[in-house]
Amino acid sequence: MDAAPAPPGPREGPTPLFGAYGIVKRFGDFTANDRIDLEIRAGEIHALLGENGAGKSTLMKILYGLLEPTEGVVTHQGDIVRLANPEAARALGIGMVFQHFSLCENLTVAENIALVMPAALTGRALAERIARLGQDYGLHLDPARPVWSLSAGERQRIEIVRCLLQDPKLVILDEPTSVLTPGEAEALFSVLERLRDEGRALLYISHRLDEVRRLCSRATILRAGRVVGSCNPRAETARSLAAMMVGTQVNEVQPRAARRAGAVRLVLDRLSLPAPGLHATPLRDISLSVAGGEILGIAGIAGNGQPELFDALSGESQAPVPEAVRLDGRPVGHLGINARRRLGAGFVPEERNGHAAIPQMSLSDNALLSRHATAPLSRFGLLRRARARELARRVIEAFDVRKAGPDPAAGTLSGGNLQKFVVGREILAEPGILVINQPTWGVDAAAAAQLRQAVLDLAGRGCAVVVISQDLDELFEIADSIAVLHDGLLSPPVPAGATSRAAVGLLMGGAEETGAEAGETPAAPARRALVQVP
Amino acid sequence: MRLDLLPRARRSPWLDLLSPALAFAAAVLIGGLAVAAFGVPPGQAFLAYFVAPLSEAWSLQEVALKAAPLALIATGLAFCYRANLWNIGAEGQVVIGGLAGGWVAIAAHGSEGATVWILPAMLLAGTTAGLAYAMIPALLRVKLGVSEILTSLMLVYVAQLLLDYMVRGPLRDPQGYNFPQSVGFDEAARLPALMTGESLHAGAPIALLAVLLATLVLARTLFGFEVRAVGASPRAARFAGFSDARLTLAVFAISGGAAGLAGICEVAGRIGQLQPEISPGYGFTAIIVAFLGRLSPPGILLAALVIAVTTIGGEGAQIDLKLPLDLTRAFQGLLLCLVLGADVLTRYHIRIVPGGAGGGALP
Repeated sequence: MDAAPAPPGPREGPTPLFGAYGIVKRFGDFTANDRIDLEIRAGEIHALLGENGAGKSTLMKILYGLLEPTEGVVTHQGDIVRLANPEAARALGIGMVFQHFSLCENLTVAENIALVMPAALTGRALAERIARLGQDYGLHLDPARPVWSLSAGERQRIEIVRCLLQDPKLVILDEPTSVLTPGEAEALFSVLERLRDEGRALLYISHRLDEVRRLCSRATILRAGRVVGSCNPRAETARSLAAMMVGTQVNEVQPRAARRAGAVRLVLDRLSLPAPGLHATPLRDISLSVAGGEILGIAGIAGNGQPELFDALSGESQAPVPEAVRLDGRPVGHLGINARRRLGAGFVPEERNGHAAIPQMSLSDNALLSRHATAPLSRFGLLRRARARELARRVIEAFDVRKAGPDPAAGTLSGGNLQKFVVGREILAEPGILVINQPTWGVDAAAAAQLRQAVLDLAGRGCAVVVISQDLDELFEIADSIAVLHDGLLSPPVPAGATSRAAVGLLMGGAEETGAEAGETPAAPARRALVQVP
Repeated sequence: MRLDLLPRARRSPWLDLLSPALAFAAAVLIGGLAVAAFGVPPGQAFLAYFVAPLSEAWSLQEVALKAAPLALIATGLAFCYRANLWNIGAEGQVVIGGLAGGWVAIAAHGSEGATVWILPAMLLAGTTAGLAYAMIPALLRVKLGVSEILTSLMLVYVAQLLLDYMVRGPLRDPQGYNFPQSVGFDEAARLPALMTGESLHAGAPIALLAVLLATLVLARTLFGFEVRAVGASPRAARFAGFSDARLTLAVFAISGGAAGLAGICEVAGRIGQLQPEISPGYGFTAIIVAFLGRLSPPGILLAALVIAVTTIGGEGAQIDLKLPLDLTRAFQGLLLCLVLGADVLTRYHIRIVPGGAGGGALP
């Protein structure tokens, strides 16, 4: 940008606070942002909508100085500025709240905030400022608490306070509600509205259309790196916004006609497991049973024992007594994951890269990863590579996995396509029991609909399915009954039709469900501990 | 200013093959400058280091004699390092292998019937002893979580002192004028020479066989897949049902066994008796060889040859050109650094970020 062009004027209305014009960002041959224009005005919450891979993150990183655009300019009150690094962006009054918190678990709240503040501001002065901000905005934080003891919502408050301490004119929020309970999200919204009313600009990145319609007065929609439209989200429906994002009409999942109640296939019987690590969650007295053809949804906010529960179901961690886990009536608590696979179970963990798949390895090697014990992929210890490639090819065809080259490394696939591969790998084995953790986490709408349909169809063929998900919409869409995992305790499952988002949301936050909605199952004694919510 | 490493989207297979060659060329260039600083014409030094060792029958045999144990040990180590386990005590496993195998030879010394079975028994004893010795750090890690790096390294000194004690005490040759060495082995207890009257013995084909076998195992077997999976992602390997503990024991067994076998091949081949020192640090040099060969068995074979050639060449250069022997070591270290550096460059490209933390906005 040596020969800076004259600042482009605003397309409409007064000079915007920040503008981005003709932004192009290329990574090699791939164009992540293609001539994007965006104007953000003071006193508005501006939504940036788009599927995964639409270019939202790239644009946001350019605005925060983490990436430099290949072409195009960023303006501040009509003047061209160069955002070489985040310090430059902060100097102009741009603040950012990241989706993944960058906090040191072992430091206190105040220490984490001091890390990013000028060296002069420490100790009591800083604690006072934190307290004052907390009062002004309702962002209550105890400066002396260590971060590891805080909930996700409290951690996010630290990030917001860190950002506000620098008195930003523009706050960029990346998927801020993805880790929050409905109640915590509500509290966040009132903070955001307050910031807007103070005349600050907010750029709100989300794929939760209801939130966007509630909060934002303008939305810019990205698809495949380009701006495909801008609108007032309040004048649109969630469905029409989704259609703009995806470019086609979103398929609705076909509900199954009749739910056949089969025999019970998967049972957890009073399973307790100590926490496997310092920041892990112990599982406490968990019981559940899933029949063939049934989908049990397990809701809950991240960090409440989901990976621990998944590992206990899969056999990656073993139960203290064999009877605590039963597959088709057989006690398997002491068996490893491959023994459980041989009994007809399939598993899809949450993390695609480094758990469900090895990014450096080819797709055929990754087919081997979970199927080597149950598919004829080796003989006398020798690999049958042609068969592994054939298995990978069938998964790719059946689930429409888009990839480059005949047998590429798993890490070269986009998140959605890799998820289709790791889910398809298990579903093609026709498991009798399937446990799947966050089936559509970070997956675009079209792929998510396809994956949910595949899980529904599998259940229709008699498989007992456990879906662990943070996405309540997803659970209400596909689950027959829903239970909530909070702090290592599982609430009694309730038929999905007999409960509401609000009721499940309350349980996710740790509150005891009131009224008859909880069903007639008596609550476990340990659950009483949940009532003491501050 | 700050340097960022950004992963390359695509890795060129040509660059992968070319990068060690380029690294080698760069090492030769830098080495040439160092040699010139010693006042020796670089061209002459190049001939002494790289050409002379390959030009005569006896020096070619020396190269093979040196390369064989390095390749054998490094091939075993590759299994460990691929699985992200750090056995750096191969030297101790070499010594214990040589000691145990040599003990068998000494025990059978002079007995009539011991002709056919003695050599296989020695090789078996050496391999088993090296394997068992490697089990100590492996079991400590699996059962108690002790760092295998420290234990395997410290056990090297235990092994060396044990050998020293044995050849000065229980295994000393009674008619050896109190020299710290055992009796010379019987002819049946020596690895046969490949050609009569020459020094090259059966250790070289054994190493070659091990390299071939390891190539096959790593690329074509479920066990090889397990090793690669554990190295690439322990969590995903657990998801595949591979047991950390079992694999730790297995790769330590392989590397310890290979080192033990190399130890007894040295003793039964070149030396022919037990003495306080049976390995000039093969177990440590093999670590360099393993990484120089990028943990692939064919690469390791090539790397072992390069190290052997430069070592033999370095000895010649010391005599003919009065160049210090340490220069060889320095060159080998430089080569390793450059190969690893070139490897990083094939996987990442470097972005120079000017300004770094102190940067500001333009007006």
